[in-house]
Amino acid sequence: MTAGPLIEIEGLRVRFHGDDGRVTHAVDTIDLSVANGATLGIVGESGCGKSVTSLAIMGLLPRGSAEVTGAIRFDGFDLLKTSDATLRDLRGNRLAMIFQEPMTSLNPSFTIGDQIIESILRHRGGSRKSARDRAIELLRRVHIPSPERRIDEYPHKLSGGMRQRVMIAMALACDPRLLIADEPTTALDVTLQAQILELMRELKAASGAAIILITHDLGVVAEVCDEVAVMYAGEIVERAAVDELFAAPQHPYTVGLLGSIPRLDHRAAQLATIEGMVPNMAQPPAGCRFAARCPFIVDACTKAPPPLAEVGPGHLSRCIRAPLERLVS
Amino acid sequence: MTALLEVEGLVKHFVAERSLLGRPRAHVKAVDGVSFSLEAGKTLALVGESGCGKSTVSRLVLRLIEPDAGRIRFDGQDLLALDPTALRGFRRQAQIIFQDPYASLNPRMTVGQILTEPLALHDLLPAAQRRGRVEELLRLVGLEPRLARRYPHEFSGGQRQRIAIARALAVEPKLIICDEPVSALDVSIRSQILNLLRELQDRLGLAYIFVSHDLAVVKHIADNVAVMNLGRIVETAEADALFTAPRHPYSRALLSAIPLPQPQAKRNTILLQGEMPSALNPPSGCRFHTRCPFVADRCRSEEPQLVGDGTGHATACLRVAELPPAGAILPQSGGFSPALAKLVAAFSRKTEGAEASGVGIQGATPTMTSSKGTVR
Repeated sequence: MTAGPLIEIEGLRVRFHGDDGRVTHAVDTIDLSVANGATLGIVGESGCGKSVTSLAIMGLLPRGSAEVTGAIRFDGFDLLKTSDATLRDLRGNRLAMIFQEPMTSLNPSFTIGDQIIESILRHRGGSRKSARDRAIELLRRVHIPSPERRIDEYPHKLSGGMRQRVMIAMALACDPRLLIADEPTTALDVTLQAQILELMRELKAASGAAIILITHDLGVVAEVCDEVAVMYAGEIVERAAVDELFAAPQHPYTVGLLGSIPRLDHRAAQLATIEGMVPNMAQPPAGCRFAARCPFIVDACTKAPPPLAEVGPGHLSRCIRAPLERLVS
Repeated sequence: MTALLEVEGLVKHFVAERSLLGRPRAHVKAVDGVSFSLEAGKTLALVGESGCGKSTVSRLVLRLIEPDAGRIRFDGQDLLALDPTALRGFRRQAQIIFQDPYASLNPRMTVGQILTEPLALHDLLPAAQRRGRVEELLRLVGLEPRLARRYPHEFSGGQRQRIAIARALAVEPKLIICDEPVSALDVSIRSQILNLLRELQDRLGLAYIFVSHDLAVVKHIADNVAVMNLGRIVETAEADALFTAPRHPYSRALLSAIPLPQPQAKRNTILLQGEMPSALNPPSGCRFHTRCPFVADRCRSEEPQLVGDGTGHATACLRVAELPPAGAILPQSGGFSPALAKLVAAFSRKTEGAEASGVGIQGATPTMTSSKGTVR
């Protein structure tokens, strides 16, 4: 592990301009960094901006309607300022992404081999024969049985778990430094999920790549991440090391999330519920965005937006009432 | 106590391929000899991976599809002997809630129309009283009665699932089949729906068949659990017994595969090797033998039967007596620190004491408060 972050996101904002002139603030002033070899989890519910953040990093947001500002520094480039040609060189090469839907993110009319080889030839060059050998090697690394035969199959012949493995093999084709995985196991059964998570851990250990894992599943975060950022309504509301976040969360939203998941390890008569709804992001509220749903609300919460402030070593919370322990003691 | 629902030897094979002359050439053995029973007011969960037949079982029980063999008795009645009129009568007793609240409500009907339809179909109430009943149903599921005039697209996923639950409750059924009712919902919404389902069960004495692949959810809601693999039940037990000491290697693997929201947890994850075999051509002998870490020779040829132990815990595994103890599949020391537990409790308290906040549609979510009396 070398010093200094591999990727540094500063003041990232994404605003979508609708046809009717409405502006939606999808992501609002996000600061994040990931060190080499680390795994950062981004957690949040639908619409919190976690996927938009990942698409912004990859430069995959529609130019016409999405206004992206801030800075994303990766490997000496500012990804928001580089040319399309440079971005194309980076994507699939040093910067790779796995999507949620293995059913729709493979092209049904090409064999899986063609799809992996395409990326190797584009970024590494060399002969088709050597690219094919590398593709077989990659399929073997993601534990696809008899890869020499499988490489010539079309995606429809593979099960969901196999397809996700092919996606991972594709992402790994050029030894990326950063792998963004957007809900990589959400569409899979638990037994397959366990296999894929194990595979990701294995690959990280072998290659030293950094991973940004986007998920709504706190269990997955606990299993694979070193650090977690919790997003709510386009903002990061809490950031901490994984142990710290699960043991002593410092934002009420995180507390609500932890209380609302049914647990295998202990029993709750009734689950916590976070009442109300996510605020309308066309007109974000003036104060704390979680205030309307928060049981710990005080007057000051609705007056001004709370800053993301340090509440402990390496532990940030966007809540003026933190540390929360003193509220219940 | 006699069971509300008794299912015996249920079989359903779908034709997967036909010859030129239309003769079936291959069958998917979706359900292959499934038996269970369910008492009134209780919850039975059917769990397993995609394609294990759990959804097919739930549809067979309602006779939404016809079984090839087996018996289903509901409230002492032989369901398979019912003629169409009697079957319609039965549908008043048993209802279903589907996974996708976006696809299971008719977008062209208002919520009021959606909820009135079952009342009219079964001729339950004079037309004049139906509007009152619709309001009552909406309140029951925690929605404001004035929302009856709106269309499904105006609601969030969680609210739509509440409407689907209200529709199922309209005919005052004894049994509701919940087919992955919370899988499509966000975690915070999921907990609201789970709490609602439980509360309704307490108040109305409903029995649930809860189909899910999410074992944490199942542990929270079920009294009994049946684990299915490739069209068969491999283990069935009281929920607590199953989660404390799963016996079948497949149940163990399933339980151990669930990621726990507990980063420090020390436990043994059992990674199943290989792919799930196809139900077109299930393995001989024990259907789990291709993936089982404890496989022995006889597992490949001999088919295990579901054998009970007298406490209601039954396992279909030839080697069940020889298996090592399940060990640390689930860590014992879960749970929140005292401070965190109090913080979490603040979220539950708010639910119970709060009034609907009244901010447009959003505020329409929770008015469960008035009915909370019986629930802790």
